[in-house]
Amino acid sequence: MQQLPITLRINGRAYSMDVDVRTSLLELLRGLGFTSVKEGCGVGECGACTVLVDGVAVDSCLYLAVWADKRAIRTVEGECADGRLSPVQEAYIEEGAVQCGFCTPGLVMTTTSFLEQRENTPLTREEIARGHAGNLCRCTGYQTIIRAVQRAADKQRRSGRR
Amino acid sequence: MSVGTAVIRKDARAKVTGKARYTDDQSMAGMLVARYVRSPVAHGLVREIDTSAALALPGVEAVFTYEHVPTTLFATAGHPYSLDPDHRDVADRLLLTGHVRYQGDEVAIVVARDELTAKRAAALVRVEYDELPVCTTPEAALAHGAPAIHEGGNILERTELTFGPPVAEAMEAADLQLDGHYNTPVVLHCHLENHTAFAYMDDNDHIVIVSSTQIPHICRRIVGQALDMEWSRIRVIKPHIGGGFGNKQDVVLEPMVAFLTLQLGGVPVRITLDREECLVATRTRHSQQVTVRAGLKRDGTITGIEMDITSNTGAYASHGHSIPMAAGSKFRHLYPRTAIRFTATTHYANIPAAGAMRAYGSPQLFFGLECLLDDAARSLGVDPVELRLHNVARAGEITTPDGGTRYAVAIARCLEQGRDAIGWQRKKKELQNQDGPVRRGLGVAAFSYGSGTYPACVEIAGCRLVLNQDGSVHMQIGATEIGQGSDTALAQMAARTLGIDYDRIHVVSQQDTDVTPFDTGAYASRQTYVAAPAVHEAAERLRQKILAACSGLTGTPARELELAEGRIIRAGEPAEEIMSLGELALSEYYHKERGGQLVAEVSAKTVTNAPSFGCTFVDLAVDIELCQVTIHKIINVHDAGRIIHPLSAAGQVHGGMAMAIGMALFEELLIDPAGGRICNGNLLDYKVPTCTDIPELDCAFVEEPDPTSPYGNKSLGEPPIISPAPAIRNGILDATGVAINELPMTPKLLFREFRKAGLLPG
Amino acid sequence: MFAMENYHRATDLNDAVRALAAHPEARVLAGGTDVLIRLREGDGAFAHLVDINGLDELRQIDMDTSGTIRIGALATCTRIIEHEIIRSHLPVIAASLATIGGPQIRNIATMGGNICNGAVSADSACALLILDTELVIQGPAGERTVPILGFHTGPGRTILRRDEILKYFLFRPGQYRGIGAAYCKYAMRSAMDIATIGCGAALRMEGDIITSLKLAFTVAAPTPVRCPRTEEAAAGRRLDEETLALLAGIVEDDVQPRTSWRAERDFRMHIIRTLVQRVTREAANQQGGN
Ligand SMILES: Cc1cc2nc3c(=O)[nH]c(=O)nc-3n(C[C@H](O)[C@H](O)[C@H](O)COP(=O)(O)OP(=O)(O)OC[C@H]3O[C@@H](n4cnc5c(N)ncnc54)[C@H](O)[C@@H]3O)c2cc1C
Ligand code: FES
Ligand code: FES
Repeated sequence: MQQLPITLRINGRAYSMDVDVRTSLLELLRGLGFTSVKEGCGVGECGACTVLVDGVAVDSCLYLAVWADKRAIRTVEGECADGRLSPVQEAYIEEGAVQCGFCTPGLVMTTTSFLEQRENTPLTREEIARGHAGNLCRCTGYQTIIRAVQRAADKQRRSGRR
Repeated sequence: MSVGTAVIRKDARAKVTGKARYTDDQSMAGMLVARYVRSPVAHGLVREIDTSAALALPGVEAVFTYEHVPTTLFATAGHPYSLDPDHRDVADRLLLTGHVRYQGDEVAIVVARDELTAKRAAALVRVEYDELPVCTTPEAALAHGAPAIHEGGNILERTELTFGPPVAEAMEAADLQLDGHYNTPVVLHCHLENHTAFAYMDDNDHIVIVSSTQIPHICRRIVGQALDMEWSRIRVIKPHIGGGFGNKQDVVLEPMVAFLTLQLGGVPVRITLDREECLVATRTRHSQQVTVRAGLKRDGTITGIEMDITSNTGAYASHGHSIPMAAGSKFRHLYPRTAIRFTATTHYANIPAAGAMRAYGSPQLFFGLECLLDDAARSLGVDPVELRLHNVARAGEITTPDGGTRYAVAIARCLEQGRDAIGWQRKKKELQNQDGPVRRGLGVAAFSYGSGTYPACVEIAGCRLVLNQDGSVHMQIGATEIGQGSDTALAQMAARTLGIDYDRIHVVSQQDTDVTPFDTGAYASRQTYVAAPAVHEAAERLRQKILAACSGLTGTPARELELAEGRIIRAGEPAEEIMSLGELALSEYYHKERGGQLVAEVSAKTVTNAPSFGCTFVDLAVDIELCQVTIHKIINVHDAGRIIHPLSAAGQVHGGMAMAIGMALFEELLIDPAGGRICNGNLLDYKVPTCTDIPELDCAFVEEPDPTSPYGNKSLGEPPIISPAPAIRNGILDATGVAINELPMTPKLLFREFRKAGLLPG
Repeated sequence: MFAMENYHRATDLNDAVRALAAHPEARVLAGGTDVLIRLREGDGAFAHLVDINGLDELRQIDMDTSGTIRIGALATCTRIIEHEIIRSHLPVIAASLATIGGPQIRNIATMGGNICNGAVSADSACALLILDTELVIQGPAGERTVPILGFHTGPGRTILRRDEILKYFLFRPGQYRGIGAAYCKYAMRSAMDIATIGCGAALRMEGDIITSLKLAFTVAAPTPVRCPRTEEAAAGRRLDEETLALLAGIVEDDVQPRTSWRAERDFRMHIIRTLVQRVTREAANQQGGN
């Protein structure tokens, strides 16, 4: 099948390659070793495969790898720089929002983009819930996830760090 | 002190950074993928099967049909082996079948070099069926002349249990006799990680299986049985697992991947179910019909309960009759002064096979029981909380089988605390005489559960502790971490007993049946309760070895030494460090003449089973016109003994409550009774609640340490799912006066019931 | 891997139309949230694709001097929802799109795709219908503009010819100025769900008298529909309980909900009657905004 050349950045590093046009971004990333990107359904229902494309959260299972050409991809592997967890990652741990952890990488990315787009705006429970409705979690009942989002927002406000 | 505090979970950092490796995150060069060919009909016999087109597709390595697999029937339920042949699970499975029993049953499997080819090839296998009559419901399956789904008929088992005085007399002593009939649906686990496993051989004799399983050691045995191989020649590895909730307390893919690698000369072969397969072709929660009859005195005393359950186990037995029987033996602890007669029938039907799911039959049973008690409270004019307070177990009332020890019981305090938290008395007054289209209501329900499976099954746990060269300790534990946090809780216990920091305990989380101490796995909310004695004993032994070694080195008698915060000190004098654990370890490892690696290993059986209790209180609103329920406040209060890790404990409660809300209001697998067609076997149509569908969840614990556990803990993993559904139903009853006796209470159902009750125009 | 057999990445609109004309089996791929799902399910009808996802010329959102608003077929739901022009002038469009799927889906799904796939449950359909939106369509022979009313011809079917591409949506000021409009999606879950019933209403009032009502439903008939009888009955009436009850009765003649395993006809009809009243009220509350 047809291959197309693409160049993209993944977690800040440049990649160039030829990809089979039938490949999803999920498959591309997992094949390159970014196995934090999980497949829970393959049809956009669960959000376990969420990554950021130019800062925007997408389900990588429903995103053609060729669409990633000339774009910057972020996965949860890249959120921890020099061994330092991002405020969102820290908040997930501190609030106990991690159980089986299969939904966690996708959720952390959703929260990351959610907060980047709402810097310094106060958040209601309802907004947070709507902003995370594309990620299923069967373990936590979402209670600690919502708290983690609130806590991460507080951290960002306090530190001014994104 | 590490026990009782929210230390950082052992696996938390790995999971938030994406480093935690699950089964599918491991791959091997040359790994083949397999895909099942599934039956589109719900009941039938294969007349003809033609695999030639599939085999001709480039990239296809092999196709196996039901004609190629071993003919020994095996059982799949994740129960310990039983020495009593009468107590073993029903062996009714083959790897593939020519007699299909539900839509999705497995007739053949293709093995290919990539997934797309496997998918294409599976579609190219041509199968023709002679269709048989389909029965999906108990009425159809148990009808006279119903087609036999398995040899021996459709009834799997029928049994009776009685507790206390004869029920007939108890009923006669009652002022009010009331009965109710309740239905619960087929519910799906929907763990986020689908079932997945791969297998390979690393010599000519052993098969290695990597699988997302809750029960590695049981899995080893069942694969051995299915393939008729010595059990020790099967090795099961369990990496991180993305949830199971009971669905992985069953052996689903492992015998097949083992069979395939064996057939294909040991090359690695993987089966990863896609979401739609995982929803319908693994296991489900049993749909049950629960009939309850209760006798009560005017003051609210329950004199007797008669309960009859019909449990639909679907196409294969799996956990089968154990489900209603386990629930039937656990509920008596809630109302122990009541005479009980319990009967249950389990039957086959042409629907997906049911197995273990969180709380193992108790959510269905308590839905019936706790709904009926609210109906009774209304009839008697008694407050439903008072009615329960009047009848629930009291401290000291329940003892170990030998009568020697009294289990902790704090259910009454749970009910009182929940009542106050929801503002029961005040709101009850405010909410009298409502008549608008939107009405508020309060609901309550209670439950009891066990902390393991004893005496039905053996309870065995194992723990090995090794003092490392750097003075830290590695813990190998038979208890299986599946996301519930057992590694963390058990490390906390070991740290506490040893006297070292929690951070200095490293848990070997990946399990491997060749090296992991024996334990039967994660189910029955047993892990922390059953593993605690093994951990306690191993830690105590290692501590003594350490002190003895130090004594040998220093000449100070061991009884004058103590281990505290990782340092060996003179007893009672924390300031006086004799040596660090690291120093001692180096000396033990490397002294040329003396010492050795300090290891303690314990395999322990548990012969107690502490009852665990709790309740749910809910404050909700019903929009009668839109047939919608909104939960304003919901709280679970648990009597789970001493809480080891408050954050994880709350997490278990939240998760169970959310699943219960799903079961109460949203979730049901819909199967057309005419042809057995599954209507909603995907995540769009099977309604798992999203973040926007779950309200704020509250929980609280009444901590009464249980004397049968060295750390005072009792079960907590499954119980939170039991009482929310009946509490919500009772809240709807309170708001509208309409008793809904069926789950899930979807708008469609509320519409029907509200119309029947005259709340909506007919 | 998606079971694609042919893939053409369009360089511009004309190239896309040419590619469609050249390959009789080819279908358009936009955000892919319908197409890629069908492909995964093994639906061979989508194995030959012309990918227009990269065509920025179809992403514009703007307003000309006459006040006509244009939304490109490839504008994603999220971009439309957040766009200033839409927030101020077409809030009911934003509100409708906000009910689609979850954030990740809205970030890639396009409004063009939502309408072109012909789904009877499409969440943008009610809002487009009550605003009498026009659709500008490009085919090999040139451009044509059609009203949304009549665009859907049956479940999964539209008037689009196989080699035509929807370019943009046009909203005329005469349609959207001075109205109050609302959309309600009735579904089992609050997100990530398919509508059991969708209802949109656009209201013009003078004082408390209804001068015009436009009412639309999804999943209430084989296509998204307007409700001419109810609309006619509403004109000139006072907006009060009595009128709303009257409309709830009349609407039964405008819709033909059916029984499926998802919901029964009676239930859908009850929800339709209830929503007519609630959504019309809500539209009145939105009055005077834009
Ligand atoms: C998880 C999930 C949840 C969803 N939830 C909802 C929901 O709540 N409400 C809802 O309404 N929908 C929902 N959808 C369906 C889908 O997201 C929407 O219909 C979406 O708007 C489709 O847009 P798209 O760009 O992804 O279309 P595509 O999938 O690319 O295309 C859809 C169809 O339209 C055709 N097409 C697309 N663009 C054009 C064009 N410009 N000209 C001609 N033909 C074209 C394609 O050929 C195809 O037939 C959901 C989908 C998923 C996967
Ligand atoms: S795997 Fe992509 S949304 Fe579920
Ligand atoms: S933590 Fe298990 S699914 Fe979210």
